[in-house]
Amino acid sequence: MPVPQVVESFAGSVNRVTLGATKDDGGTRNSTVTVGGAKNVVYGGSAEDAGETPVVAMDVLDSKPTDWPDALIEPYKDVIDSPADWAKKCVEEFGAEMICIKFEGIHPDKGDKDADHAVKVTEDVLKAVAVPLVLWGCGNDEKDNQVMPKVSGAAKGEKCLIGAVTEDNYKSLTAIALADGHFLITQAPLDINIAKQVNILASDMGFPLERIVTFQSTGALGYGIEYAYSIQERQRLAALAGDKMMAMPAICDVGYEAWRAKEAKLEDAPGWGGAADRGPMWETATATCLLQAGVDIIRMRHPRAVATVKNFIDQVWKSNS
Amino acid sequence: MLIIAERINGMFTDVKRAIMDKDKKVIQDLAKKQTDAGASYLDVNVGTAAADQEGTIQWLVESIQETCSTPLCLDSQKPDVIAAGLKVLNAGNGGLLNSTPLNKKNDDEILDRFIEMATQAGPKVGVIALTMDKNGVPQDTDNRVAIAAEIVSKAMEKGFDTQRLFIDPIVLPVKVPNAQVQPTNILNAMDQIKYLCDPAPHMTVGLSNLSQGTNQRSLINRVFLAMAMSHGLDSAIADTFDEDLMNIVATSEMLMNKQIYSDSFLKVYAS
Repeated sequence: MPVPQVVESFAGSVNRVTLGATKDDGGTRNSTVTVGGAKNVVYGGSAEDAGETPVVAMDVLDSKPTDWPDALIEPYKDVIDSPADWAKKCVEEFGAEMICIKFEGIHPDKGDKDADHAVKVTEDVLKAVAVPLVLWGCGNDEKDNQVMPKVSGAAKGEKCLIGAVTEDNYKSLTAIALADGHFLITQAPLDINIAKQVNILASDMGFPLERIVTFQSTGALGYGIEYAYSIQERQRLAALAGDKMMAMPAICDVGYEAWRAKEAKLEDAPGWGGAADRGPMWETATATCLLQAGVDIIRMRHPRAVATVKNFIDQVWKSNS
Repeated sequence: MLIIAERINGMFTDVKRAIMDKDKKVIQDLAKKQTDAGASYLDVNVGTAAADQEGTIQWLVESIQETCSTPLCLDSQKPDVIAAGLKVLNAGNGGLLNSTPLNKKNDDEILDRFIEMATQAGPKVGVIALTMDKNGVPQDTDNRVAIAAEIVSKAMEKGFDTQRLFIDPIVLPVKVPNAQVQPTNILNAMDQIKYLCDPAPHMTVGLSNLSQGTNQRSLINRVFLAMAMSHGLDSAIADTFDEDLMNIVATSEMLMNKQIYSDSFLKVYAS
């Protein structure tokens, strides 16, 4: 008996986005990263429908982290005071395809560092590594509006992914990202309606939809991953149905969220297995789950988790092609 | 929801005059304005404006295509007029042939001819078929569905993708004596037509016909459109200049979860 063909096909697709500018393109990057392009759900349809392979962006903090557990500090202990060396290590030793500079230290409660500091970090990292960058503010609207436009300017023409803008705070960063030729992260608090609205607001300012990557907010394993999963899935299905306002590739922040979980960082928990393994496993499980919902760029922290997730991506996406 | 904009029709005095004066600008202006208002297709109907219907539909199609790439819906009961329009239609943009009954007393093969014309025109051209046959327009639900079933089976028999088929269950003016039962009959028929094949054929109506002669035209059109969308209507020949009507389309799609809600959902839909 013949097996019936049950593959669904869709009219729409996820936008294809190429991050990073090489010399020919007016920047200084040696490589670019292209994500998106999926014409089906993950595992759905033919190999060509899978689109571009998802990528890992490894986190580098602008200032030495104060609340990281030992298991996460350990791989970076020799470079943790220098964002440039840290970034270099991520690219050269751990195979990061992108670096995400998280400007944690500019937050008023976490160091309150100024724009000069942030600009210097940006310039140093741009010199140290040649992969495309993600430039991510601290989440305090006022401080981000002061600092991130200057960070944007310091990386002008490099086609970075910069953000994140929200429904209540999008104008200044959207305008500057547009002027500096960057790509924009639009953020929503696990709310698909707001996600769509932020994209519309950015688009109303003349920002091209093809240069937006969405951040729906992330929940780690055990801490709301099901909400993140279902929103990512809904975003993908809306893109496939032809909703232009939802057809962007997606980024998620697995590193921060996974390592917030007590299961990932608690040292003294004999019944849970060794702390050195637990954190990377928590981060890996969170990442692989969200990749299956349709996320295109994953921010991660622990090199062992990164290696496992890259292996997973290779098996699922590249074995397809 | 595919809205087929109704205004380029020789029954309207401005269009009739433009056809008589060969004034392209009026037609091109209507094409642009209807497209900007959210039209998916532009209906093109010579009406009673000219004796040479074949030449006139060609002039209309060519005039529109000079400035506008919105797909056109060639509207005539006469296959020869449709065929003339098709000769100059840029079928790569898509198009619709509007419309054919299942059969006619003097032409048993009219549906076949429409399907053949669409097939020859290319994969983006569809056919609007009326639930009407040699006996006229059925007044009840069952005959509408029976005719629709014959139309669908004819399309399948001829290898014509049912996603290129638009079934029109024929809306009659509600003001005509004893016609008030028809809207309900049409909704009931649509409930069944959507199960005739998978994927379902599109369904369309000539919406403005419903309110002919009434003094609440827009209101009647708007309310029926929302009702019909909830019964599976996914296309209508309608007045795109009725902004409230277009807002109702956007809102209905949102309420049926076909579009994700956002605070700007009306604006986004129009664009």
